[in-house]
Order: sequence, then structure tokens, then C-alpha cells
Amino acid sequence: MTLPLMEHTIDLGSASVRELNAALHKVGPDVNQRLWRVLNPGGRHSVAAGVDAALTIEIDGHVGYYCAGMNKLAKVIVNGNAGVGVAENMMSGIVHVKGDASQAAGATAQGGLLIVDGNASARCGISMKGVDIVVKGGIGHMSAFMAQSGSLTVLGDAGEALGDSIYEARLFVRGSVASLGADCIEKELRDEHKAMLFARLKAAGLNGAVDVSDFKRYGSARQLYHFHVDNAGAY
Amino acid sequence: MPAPTEVQRMITTPRKSATFDDYTLSEIRRAAATGIYDIRGGGAKRRVPHLDDLLFLGASISRYPLEGYREKCGTNVILGSRFAKKPIELKIPVTVAGMSFGSLSAQAKEALGRGASAMGTSTTTGDGGMTPEERGQSSILVYQYLPSRYGMNPDDLRKADAIEVVVGQGAKPGGGGMLLGQKISARVAQMRNLPEGIDQRSACRHPDWTGPDDLEIKIEELREITDWEKPIYVKVGSARPYYDTALAVKSGADVIVLDGMQGGTAATQEVFIEHVGIPLLGSIRPAVQALQDLGLHRKVQLIVSGGIRNGADVAKCLALGADAVSIGTAALVALGDNDPVHEAEYAALGTTAGSYDDWHEGRDPAGITTQDPLLAARLDPVKAGRRLANYLAVLTLEAQTIARACGKSHVHNLEPEDLVALTVEAAAMARVPLAGTDWIPGAGQY
Amino acid sequence: MCGIVGLFIKDRKLEPDLGAMLVTMLEVMSDRGPDSAGFAVYGEGRPDRLKLSLRAPAGTDFDALAAALRAAVGNDIGHVVRDTHVIIDIPAGTEAAVRAALAAGHPGIAVVGAGTRMEIFKEVGLPGDVARRFALSTMTGSHGIGHTRMATESAVTTNGAHPFSTGPDQCLVHNGSLSNHNAVRRVLIREGLRFETQNDSEVAAGFLTHRLAKGEALGDALTSTLDTLDGFFTFVVGTESGFGVLRDPIACKPAVMAETESYVAFGSEYRALADLPGIANARVFEPEPATVYFWERAA
Repeated sequence: MTLPLMEHTIDLGSASVRELNAALHKVGPDVNQRLWRVLNPGGRHSVAAGVDAALTIEIDGHVGYYCAGMNKLAKVIVNGNAGVGVAENMMSGIVHVKGDASQAAGATAQGGLLIVDGNASARCGISMKGVDIVVKGGIGHMSAFMAQSGSLTVLGDAGEALGDSIYEARLFVRGSVASLGADCIEKELRDEHKAMLFARLKAAGLNGAVDVSDFKRYGSARQLYHFHVDNAGAY
Repeated sequence: MPAPTEVQRMITTPRKSATFDDYTLSEIRRAAATGIYDIRGGGAKRRVPHLDDLLFLGASISRYPLEGYREKCGTNVILGSRFAKKPIELKIPVTVAGMSFGSLSAQAKEALGRGASAMGTSTTTGDGGMTPEERGQSSILVYQYLPSRYGMNPDDLRKADAIEVVVGQGAKPGGGGMLLGQKISARVAQMRNLPEGIDQRSACRHPDWTGPDDLEIKIEELREITDWEKPIYVKVGSARPYYDTALAVKSGADVIVLDGMQGGTAATQEVFIEHVGIPLLGSIRPAVQALQDLGLHRKVQLIVSGGIRNGADVAKCLALGADAVSIGTAALVALGDNDPVHEAEYAALGTTAGSYDDWHEGRDPAGITTQDPLLAARLDPVKAGRRLANYLAVLTLEAQTIARACGKSHVHNLEPEDLVALTVEAAAMARVPLAGTDWIPGAGQY
Repeated sequence: MCGIVGLFIKDRKLEPDLGAMLVTMLEVMSDRGPDSAGFAVYGEGRPDRLKLSLRAPAGTDFDALAAALRAAVGNDIGHVVRDTHVIIDIPAGTEAAVRAALAAGHPGIAVVGAGTRMEIFKEVGLPGDVARRFALSTMTGSHGIGHTRMATESAVTTNGAHPFSTGPDQCLVHNGSLSNHNAVRRVLIREGLRFETQNDSEVAAGFLTHRLAKGEALGDALTSTLDTLDGFFTFVVGTESGFGVLRDPIACKPAVMAETESYVAFGSEYRALADLPGIANARVFEPEPATVYFWERAA
């Protein structure tokens, strides 16, 4: 039996973030309110943090820090800009920022898909652990610092020290890279990477809109994986 | 004037340098040979002013003692009563500090959980996430939220009884860390999303917040994710305890964990362990002062750690204003770490029982700081857990004995005024008078 | 190390004898407390008047002091001198002005208590001598409490002598030794209280003041001391309308009470009660530990 999709609206002009999150956390699999609309977020922090249900949450406006933090299963759409740490430590689901994202977008995220239609600021994908991030604009400095796994796809330019101390995450950048961080190098973009990149772009709603051949791939030189004194300058 | 032949016959004693002592010389040779700083486990080994330099003033005529055994002396501690919907209550004022699965074997983590649970106190996860074994064996489990976020996930966050946001630790305030590849086994690597066998470089800062203004927002997020149920601790290595405590409180912490420089680590640079941070003795009063200045002493709880060894240490920390203490190194020794029974194997590793600190190499003969299955199998978690429970019981009994002698019906009623110091530096650092005087050097300043 | 006495008159015919009865009780307790003594007496009072108990340095010209206060605040001020103390009788609304005038012009003078009925006297010296200096035997009233002190960890000064006033018409005497008074004092200072001494009993008094100021009834305030104050104590407290007794849960410090149809009496030892009228037929009992006792006179 398919439950009818019912919409539920919470206005943060009158309700508190705590009330919103408490309500979102209470939603069980048998509740038919699967579409939640959040009005007047007003830059509040932790909006829709810790959701663990297959909901669609649409937020009309700008949000503060840690929107959709530790998200599981839910699809969170921000019709505006997101503050620091959007989708930090996301486990699964989709977080889609229609505007710009501030620092540390997708930090330590372990799964799911983070889409930023505008620009992402510094430290995008810092310490990422399996998330796929697609940024349609550019990203700031120190992005993908200590990135462990997952992918970061950038249609615009990347700032200084991209992928510093990177582990096994994959970075794809179409525009320029101001500089690469320690132990991060450009790598050959082979067919399997193009296929992977195509799939990421498709998931982000860019099905065939962008030529995957325009991207360069970056990853770990693996020179810091075991300490050697001759690499000490990189530490 | 003696003849030249007589001078040649005189016997002189070789003079060793106090500056270039034997250990220093060996370190210079080691650095020259290997080109890497010394990495080791444990805490500061140098002598620093410590709790041993304090003494209690027992009751006599002006104060009356409580009878041991018959008259009650409470030891329970409530943690997280400030904001958490579900504060936790420990039966004893001693907790087990954060030590990761990865740095320790699964058997060692299980033993810590068994020992602590038997005594009604908590254990703490470490850098590397929560294992089902330790959740299963620990009746009260504190889940650390670290810069690396290895294994961090909302399900484990909700399974925890409390959350400890780790800003730093006493062995290395301001530092990250490096766990060399020997211990990154398949299971450890999988839990940390790392390739097997590589060096693990830990970040020194959290990836998505820096400073108290951001921390406040981060704490609120953790509370939102866990529906405001869990006590939130903030752990700092002791460096500027007054300001760090005040700022952690302003950021909304329920509990402050303050780790002095003697606090251990799984692995970090020796130069960091020995030269950064301040001793526990000088840490507690400034932190307590911050809580008092904010009107939150005993309302936001203070847990201190770093070189706690016996019940006198516990009682002294509580008298200086802490609500509980935490043990790491001592807990490992209780499990069997550095036991002389393994002396032949320690000698083969170029060390001796009591000095073994190459925990990061994973070759621990006691089977505690290792991921080697054969070595790890040496530790019986049930028996080791019992040893820890015994040790925790002794710490508690000793602290109670002292508290009763000072006329206290609860260990938390010990006060700084119950203490005197044996040395001028201890008097200044603990802000208690030099024994037999009313002189507190530098009182009112820190 | 201290002696406590307390007397609450039920039969008003005994009220003229209150002071005389207290003197005998107090003097017997000299062995327990030879350093200083003090007492509070609840005598006549009018709702529109307030009595300030002042202690002054030796040689103070009390008539000049009273004249100065009249000049500063108004002529409707009476005064009764008793040795080093003077009871200033003022219109109820002028307390702040009188205190301000005292603070500004007479810094050596201490206000040891204030209330419509309560008068407090305390001095260094043997209890019998102290009682005689203040002519306690001539005082009348409904109830009173007294204390003889053997100083332990704070100085032998009049400031350290009991009773400690805890608020309007409220005072406390203490026998025992608190083991966490420093910590409690720090909290109370933060809450805005001021302490004159390092004395543990002053902390107990201050704690009660703080709870009463929050609107708690005296019985509840006394009960809350059981949770907050550690160590050994027996408290006897006086209020405008009655007096109360509380011992710590371990109850090491002695306490004995006697109740007849005419009075209720408290003493650290039975000796203090032995000369009271009708004691042979009184109900004599030891107050239970951790139990608040309170007697109040009918309005």
C-alpha cells in the first residue's frame, strides 16, 4: 500500500529549531507526512540535524551552521545559502544547497550526496569519509584536507592547498586549481574515472550537461603514508 | 709541585654532564640515526610538582573525624545536571579515560568495560569509534567526539550515555597525533576509513569548528541530534585552564574534562609529551576558580586527569575542587601493562618492565596496546576486568578514608582548606599554604 | 567546644524571669566555652518600631552617638545602654538611614542584630561575667538563646562570638564544627552575602539567611542545611515568634531538652537545665538527629 504524500509545514518564525528537530526525529516509517516544509529559517543553526528517516525536507531561506548535520536517509533541500558545516558527517541521503555553502561543507561526511549549486567556501569536504560532493561553482582553500574517501567534483575553480594530506578520496576539478596541498598530485583521468564522474554529475542533475573530459583528477601521491625523514618538510 | 709522572698516576672521576645526561645523549644519537622524532605512548616521565607535594590536615580537636565503615561517606557523582535530560550518576568519583580501540586491543577495551561497570563508573571510547564489545561491556559509556571523527555516526551517538567533545589532551594540548602503520589492522582501518597499514595522521583541530563561539553552535547541534538527552563533556589538555574552562562553560558544556600534562596518549612525539602543557597540580585551582567566578562550581562538573595513581591523589583532586578524576595509564597497569612477569620480553624489545612505552608499535608483551591477535589473546578480559575493579575499589576506599578523617560525609565536601603543601612551588600551584604556615605564595594570582 | 542554651516560655507569667533563668543556664556552660559568650533575648516590641543592637568600642559616648543619630535621621530615636552595647529604638522605616549614618560617621560601631523584638549582646570573657556586664538577669521576654564559646579555628574576638544574626529578628547559635564551610561561604558570597568572620557558624547563619530571604519557612531552611552543610552541628535558632533546634545526622554534639507546661528549654548538657523551675517533672529528652524541632508562640 502506498501512503499518500502529505505535506507538513513548520514555521521557524514561531516554532523553535528544537521543536522542528524533535518532530523530525519522531517520524517513523508508518507516518505519511513525508514532505516537510520549513519556513523562515532565518539563518538558524542545526536545522534538520540528525534526521534518520526517508523524508523530503525543503527549507525556504538561508540556514546557519550544521544544517542537515549527520543526516541519514532524508533529502534536505535548502532554498538559500547554508552556513558552516552543512551536511557535516552525513551518513546517507541527499543534501542540496541551492545557493552557496560556507566553510567545511560536507566535513567528515561518510555517505550520501551533497550538491551545492553555488560556491562552497574553504575546507569543503575536509576529512571526508565516503560522501560524494558536487559543487557547481568554485571551492575555497584547504578543501579536501585529509580527505579519506568519497569524491569531490567541482565545476568551477579550487583554492589553495587542494587535497592537502589526502588519503584515498577522488577529486575532480574542471576549472583552475590555485595550488595543490602536500602529497596531492594530478592523476590520469581514465575511462573508469570518467564513468564515475558522469554518474556523480548525473546524480547532481547534470545529466550530460557537462563534458567529463573537461575535468582533471587529483589524488594522493601516497608519499606520506609511511614516515620518511626526507619528506619531513611536508609535515 | 708534583713531577709529570705523578700527575699521570692520579686517578680522577669522570664528570658527567647534568645538561647532556645519558638519556639526552642517547636521544641525540637516536635522532641522528633515524631522522625521526621519538614517538611513544604514555605521559610525561619527567618529575613535575605533583599531588605528592600536598598533605591533608586530618581532624583532631578543632575538627571531628567520621568513623570508618560505620559512618557514611558518600562517593557518588552526578554528571550533566546542567542541561542534559538524562544526567548520569557514577557510584565512585573515578572514571576510565578515553582510550581507543585501535590503540588498545578489543580484549583490553572489554576488560576496561567490565572493571568500570562492576564499580558503577564509566568508560570512554577513543579516536576510532565505538565497538559493539565496549558498548556491550560498559554500563555507562562516554563517546568521544574528536577532530578525526573516525567512525563517528549518529547511531552510536544516540547509543552513548554521554558525549565528550575532545579539544585536546594533556599529553599534547594543541597537537594532533601520528599512529604509525603497524597498528592499523584490517578492522582498525575499516573503522577509520583508512588504507590498512598506513600511518594515521590525526588532525589537531576539529574540521568544522574553531573557538568557543563555534563550539557553542557545535554543542547545540550535538544536543539537537540527540534530542538534548546526553550530557556533553568538553575535554581540554591543561594549558590555560582558567580560560579554557570558562569558555567551555560559556559554550554550553555540562562537564569539563581537564587533562594535566602527565596524562597519557597512545602515541605522540616525546617532545610534545614532555614539553607542552602544565602539570595537573597547577591546573585544578584555575579551572575551579573559573567555575566559581561563573557561579557554576559543582553545577558544571569538573573531571580531572593526568597522573592519578592512588586514593590520596583522588582525594586531593576533589579537595582542590574537582568532582571526579579519570584514570588511563593506571587503569592499563591494573589490567597488566608493564608487568615484570614479561621482563624477558621487555628486555628483548630493548626496554624493561615499567618503562615500556612503545605502545604504537603494537608489540606489547602484555597484550594490551596491540592489535596482534596472538599477543592480544594473552589478556583474559574477565580476569583483567576484575583487577581493574579491585583497583577502582581501593582508590575509592582510600579517598573515603581520607575524607572521613577530615570529617566529611561525602568526598565532595573536601576543600582546599583541608590541604597544605610541602614545597613552595606546590603551595603556589595548588594555592594552599606551606605546611605549618599560613603562607600561600602568589595568592590571588595565576 | 561550645555550650548552647535556649529557653522558650509558654506560660506568660514566667516572662519576667526569662533573663534570670538564662543566666543560670549560661553560666553553667562556662566550662564548655570560656572564651566568649552571647545571647539574644526576645522582649517587648511594636510593629512600627525597630531595635538595632549595636556594639561599640570601649569608651564610646553613647549619648553623643544617639544625639548624632537624632540629628541625622530624626528625633524619634530612643536608646538604652548596656555596657559595650546600646539598643537603638527607631521608627521601622528609618533602618536604612540609621545604618547609613552609622556607617558614615561611626565606623567602629557594629550592628549585631536588628528586629522588632530581638536584642543581641555578646562579648569576650567568661560567660558569667558577660551576663553580669549586660545585666541579663534583669531582662524579660518570651524566649532567648545563648552561647558560650571555645574558639577553634577562628579568632577569640567579639566578632566571632555567637549568636550570629541571620536576618530581622533571626539569630543562630551553633555547637560543633562544619567541615565544608569554606566552600559554602564561597557560594554565598557569590550570591551576594557578606561575612564578617572566618567562623563556620557565621556561614551556617548566612546560609539560613539566604534561604529565608528566598522565602523559605524557617523549618524548611533548617531542613535544607542537612543537605548542604557537612560536619557536626547542633543549631538553635531564634525568630520573632519562636525557636528551633536541629542536630546533624550523626549527632555527636550533645543536646538535651526539657519541656513542661510552662516552657521548653534546650541545653548542651542537662546541667544547664538542672536549676529550672519544675525540672523534676519535666519531659526530658534528646532531640533526634536530622530532625527539625520548632516551637512557636501563639499570636
